[in-house]
Amino acid sequence: MAVLICGALLAVALNAETGRGLGRADWSAIRFTVIQAALSAAISVAIAIPVARALARRRFPGRSLLITLLGAPFILPVIVAVLGLLAVFGRGGWISAALGWAGFAPVPIYGLHGVVLAHVFFNLPLATRLILQGWQEIPAERFRLAAQLGAGSGAIWRLLELPMLRRVAPGALAVIFAVCLTSFAVALTLGGGPKATTIELAIYQAFRFDFDLGRAALLSLAQLVLTFAAALLALKTSGAEGFGAGLDRPVQRWDASSTLLRVQDGALIVLAALFLLLPLLAIVLDGVPGLSVLPWSVFRAAGYSILVALGSTCVLLALAVPMAASIATGRAGPVELAGLLGLAVSPLVIGTGLFLIVNPVADPFALALPVTALVNAAMALPFALRILVPAAREIVVVQGRLALSLDMRGWPFVRRVLLPRLRPQIGFAAGLAAALSMGDLGVIALFADPNRATLPLQIYRLMGAYQMEAAAGAALLLLILSVALFWSLDRGGRWHAEA
Amino acid sequence: MLKLDAVRIDNGGFEVLADLAVESGARVAVIGPSGAGKSTLIGAIAGFYPVTAGRITWQGRDIGEMAPGKRPVAMLFQDGNLFPHLSVAQNVGLGVDPNLRLDAGQRARVEEALSRVGLEGMGNRKPAALSGGQQSRAALARVLVQNRPLLLLDEPFAALGPALKREMLDLVRALTDETGATLLMVSHDPDDARRIADEVILVAEGRAHPPEPTGELLDNPPVALRDYLG
Repeated sequence: MAVLICGALLAVALNAETGRGLGRADWSAIRFTVIQAALSAAISVAIAIPVARALARRRFPGRSLLITLLGAPFILPVIVAVLGLLAVFGRGGWISAALGWAGFAPVPIYGLHGVVLAHVFFNLPLATRLILQGWQEIPAERFRLAAQLGAGSGAIWRLLELPMLRRVAPGALAVIFAVCLTSFAVALTLGGGPKATTIELAIYQAFRFDFDLGRAALLSLAQLVLTFAAALLALKTSGAEGFGAGLDRPVQRWDASSTLLRVQDGALIVLAALFLLLPLLAIVLDGVPGLSVLPWSVFRAAGYSILVALGSTCVLLALAVPMAASIATGRAGPVELAGLLGLAVSPLVIGTGLFLIVNPVADPFALALPVTALVNAAMALPFALRILVPAAREIVVVQGRLALSLDMRGWPFVRRVLLPRLRPQIGFAAGLAAALSMGDLGVIALFADPNRATLPLQIYRLMGAYQMEAAAGAALLLLILSVALFWSLDRGGRWHAEA
Repeated sequence: MLKLDAVRIDNGGFEVLADLAVESGARVAVIGPSGAGKSTLIGAIAGFYPVTAGRITWQGRDIGEMAPGKRPVAMLFQDGNLFPHLSVAQNVGLGVDPNLRLDAGQRARVEEALSRVGLEGMGNRKPAALSGGQQSRAALARVLVQNRPLLLLDEPFAALGPALKREMLDLVRALTDETGATLLMVSHDPDDARRIADEVILVAEGRAHPPEPTGELLDNPPVALRDYLG
């Protein structure tokens, strides 16, 4: 994996035409990339704080389901979400229709607005979960003591919540900023034009429209510098002083019981849930009529997508499971670092590099699908390791001594103990990888020829041809396939896992 | 007078019944076997467990529905009595105003309380930079500035060594003498009760018995207490 990524980076570096320097359009792409990422991060976190606070101090039926649903955007294909957002916030969407009734102009969705809106849609749940975690790490004893001292909601805010946020929020900001830097599909569908082009999109355009490989490589270098800086920033902002440990008593809150605060928290939770669920509802409502008019090309694309997703999942597991095993048994350093590399580079940068490597020896367009599967696996690797490694470590700690005393080591230990015990996590990681690959609209856009498209790319093409009904139907199909793949792999991992 | 009038306390399915009264200014030890409901009794008076039947009154006023911080109660828990991220002076200052907006006079009161418990000059330290005994003293300084008529101790000194614990109990005794506060103190140790308490509430098998004079009860223990004392 490290060879794949570093090789791609080397190819990019060697081919970048530094002599020519960055043009005006390039600088404007860099500026837009940073601005939209900063805005997306700031808005996501600013909304997530009151929402997480409301979720932290209220108990209601469906709360844990809602918190689980906050994880759903992670496996939601970007193109599907974009169609849902267009249906709700777009020019002909629900909000604009409501505004039209009231005599207002429709809200603009293309350009910076739309890009930031879509990024907030994807990252508000992430931010909420990260910040909610911060709340949950405040021991119950602190709230109890604060209640004994008569601290109301304002005092608890200053005493406990604000110090916690000072510790947690910078990390959430940095993570979302880094994620939004490498946004491609959102910019492709909602951005564009000289004023709203991200670096990723500029790489794609240099490729597809100008076939200017030198410029694509140069832009890739610029992207690399940015993402590495953001990754460093994200690493730096984690840590700092905590609240000490508690005894894991269940948290009870005695503050914020006034009617006003109850209504405020309830309204926040409902609004956030609507913001996340309405676009999904729109996909289903718009998609059902479209299912009957799907062209044959959509089904062929769906078939390619499933092949790519399954291939990518196999590659991922073949890499991630041995890596997790070797990290858990002690060879952490370099292996862990190799796994993290995928976080710091963007798919289009690797894609550019691979294209530059393959181009002299073979037809890159013929390799579109395998390359997509490979890059998808590389992108899913860091997440898979985060799922697998802690569980593998736990298994080695808990069962390693017994296994050693039975002289079980190497392959017998892996086969008899590690793999069976790790099955739920393997299933979860495989489900994530398959869903991510299924919905990916990145590298495939670089490599695809007219005859070979994955389902997300085919949806994009239908949108470009203004076949919105078919696009909506295909989006629903993609959503169903992604969720089904995730669900069946995740469920398969947990099947009889207790035994 | 603190009155628990046919009170039924619910601690997550575990119930404690109490029907008793404690005179103002009394020092009462709450003793009994582990798991009998001592902490539940104290926690309910402080407002941390719901009362499902009966009334808790202080000087004739029903306090059962009040939020914990609104009750006439200062309480020290078994653990977690100081915020680790705040300085000692801030921790004590919270007893004056949970918003920590203190004027000069209130800050002086905090300093005074710190020196009363033997922590002068340590206000700027974080709790982690104090010894276990000093941390207990800091919590007691906060109790002092809270100036509530009821002081509830849920074995806050259990982790200290015997000599240090006796020192703390003597300090508590001196402080309650000065403030006239009513003390309810959970304890495992009958010697603690003899040292500081005039009366003892025995909690056994989910029932809190009315207070009885310490000496009499400990010299002629009823069956439930005899089993516990061994």
